[in-house]
Amino acid sequence: MKLLTCPLNGLRNITEFTYGGEYHPMPDHQQASSREWAEHVFFHDNSAGVVIEWWCHSASSYWFLAERNTISDKILRTFPASEIFNQRIDFVAVPEATPTTKGESQ
Amino acid sequence: MPFGLLKYGLNSEYPGTHHFNPATELKKHYDVVIIGAGGHGTGIAYHLAKYHGITNVAVLEKNYLGSGNTARNTAVIRSNYLTEEGVTFYRESVKLWQDLSNEFNYNVMMESRGQLTLAHSDAAIRSFRWRAEVNQHMGVRSELIDRQQIAEIIPNLNMSEDARFPIMAGLWHADGATARHDAVAWGYAKGACERGVELHQLTEVEDIEVTSGKVTAVKTNRGRIECGCVVQAVAGASSVVAKMAGIPLPIHSYPLQAMVTQPYKPVFTPHVSSPHLHVYTHQTSRGEFVIGGGSDPYPLYNTRATLDQRETLTAAALELFPFLAQARMLRQWAGTTDMTPDYSPIMGLSPVDNYYLDAGWGTWGFKATPICGKTMAELVATGKVPEIIKPFELERFYKYQQINEAGATAASH
Repeated sequence: MKLLTCPLNGLRNITEFTYGGEYHPMPDHQQASSREWAEHVFFHDNSAGVVIEWWCHSASSYWFLAERNTISDKILRTFPASEIFNQRIDFVAVPEATPTTKGESQ
Repeated sequence: MPFGLLKYGLNSEYPGTHHFNPATELKKHYDVVIIGAGGHGTGIAYHLAKYHGITNVAVLEKNYLGSGNTARNTAVIRSNYLTEEGVTFYRESVKLWQDLSNEFNYNVMMESRGQLTLAHSDAAIRSFRWRAEVNQHMGVRSELIDRQQIAEIIPNLNMSEDARFPIMAGLWHADGATARHDAVAWGYAKGACERGVELHQLTEVEDIEVTSGKVTAVKTNRGRIECGCVVQAVAGASSVVAKMAGIPLPIHSYPLQAMVTQPYKPVFTPHVSSPHLHVYTHQTSRGEFVIGGGSDPYPLYNTRATLDQRETLTAAALELFPFLAQARMLRQWAGTTDMTPDYSPIMGLSPVDNYYLDAGWGTWGFKATPICGKTMAELVATGKVPEIIKPFELERFYKYQQINEAGATAASH
């Protein structure tokens, strides 16, 4: 049985974990075009070699990152997401254009 | 003692005729370079040569002919899909399958055995009704059948109401079939080579040259080739090859594992699949039970087999057919499937001029082989995207117009 080291729970059976997709930086949510969002959501590097990806320990709902070789299936390193996400991300809405009062004639 | 056979074997001119042209030097230029000599790649070459008179074609294969997913799939042919686009496409493919042996005078052992999908829940019955209605509307033989009809079609199936997930109903698809997978690639390659197409095995594409948005050459381990256009038909390696041309794809490569028992006397004919138990099986014409369809839980470019999948597949197969407990397993293997988010293929034009995509074949590529050869060849020859494959363009992901093909896989969902 294959094992995976969870940064929170230690060495566990890999069947306790769920694969959560590739890690890739999110586009600027205020500026990104519809095409950029499509690429971010649907497209993948799908690299043959070392990749960084999201994993979740299902029993404890703990999300973390892993470095894995997709050819040899060796897990090289697992680490908490705080190594990359070390700053708070605020999803501030795009400032709206100058509001006009309803029904007001220009 | 069959002396004729011995004489034939020892004959200096054995074998009499080569099916494929022997390895020759690569030319400096080809009008069309096809990457990947599986059923799809050779099918495209065959159609280009036979129906469009384009014969200055090289099919490049990093391994040997039909050594990828053409050899690894479980040879299921069906058209009982759920979306209009999917049913139309696979229906045409099944039609071509039925005449394929005549088409290239090479026996692909096409057998229309019928396919039975099992429902173990009310929700599944509801979705089967929906599928049957869509199928019938589009001229595909597909109907909802009850427990008694199921028992008549496959008397050996475990119909016990005490099973973990009792069988409640079935979707019967009379057009379902199977064929000899290797023979498909061999037949297409033979027909293509006879018309002047060159098949180059052990020839790996290492890079693709794109000049001002247009593909101009491919670099291989045997040298550089200039080309008019390129078609990639490389299944599991789709992302890796497309990346050489600078094209990102919405694909994840997952291994799909299957296994096969030793041969036994004929027990049942149709193909049986249970989406709920994540398993499907049929008895091949050699007598082996092919048991399939376990996708690994995470992406991998590796075709190793795992004990996890063996246990899961075996448990599910035994629930349907308890007598298989006595069967001996012959082998287990995997193929790398190029899964798309909407379970539909990616066919047609790409962002690079003269570079055509035949990718995203996941677990549904084998059954599409003939229609793919036909339509992709038409695209390459005429430059116009055939109507039937238009919905499968890569651009659909940018337009948020995916084709959610919930009838795509026999076991996964």
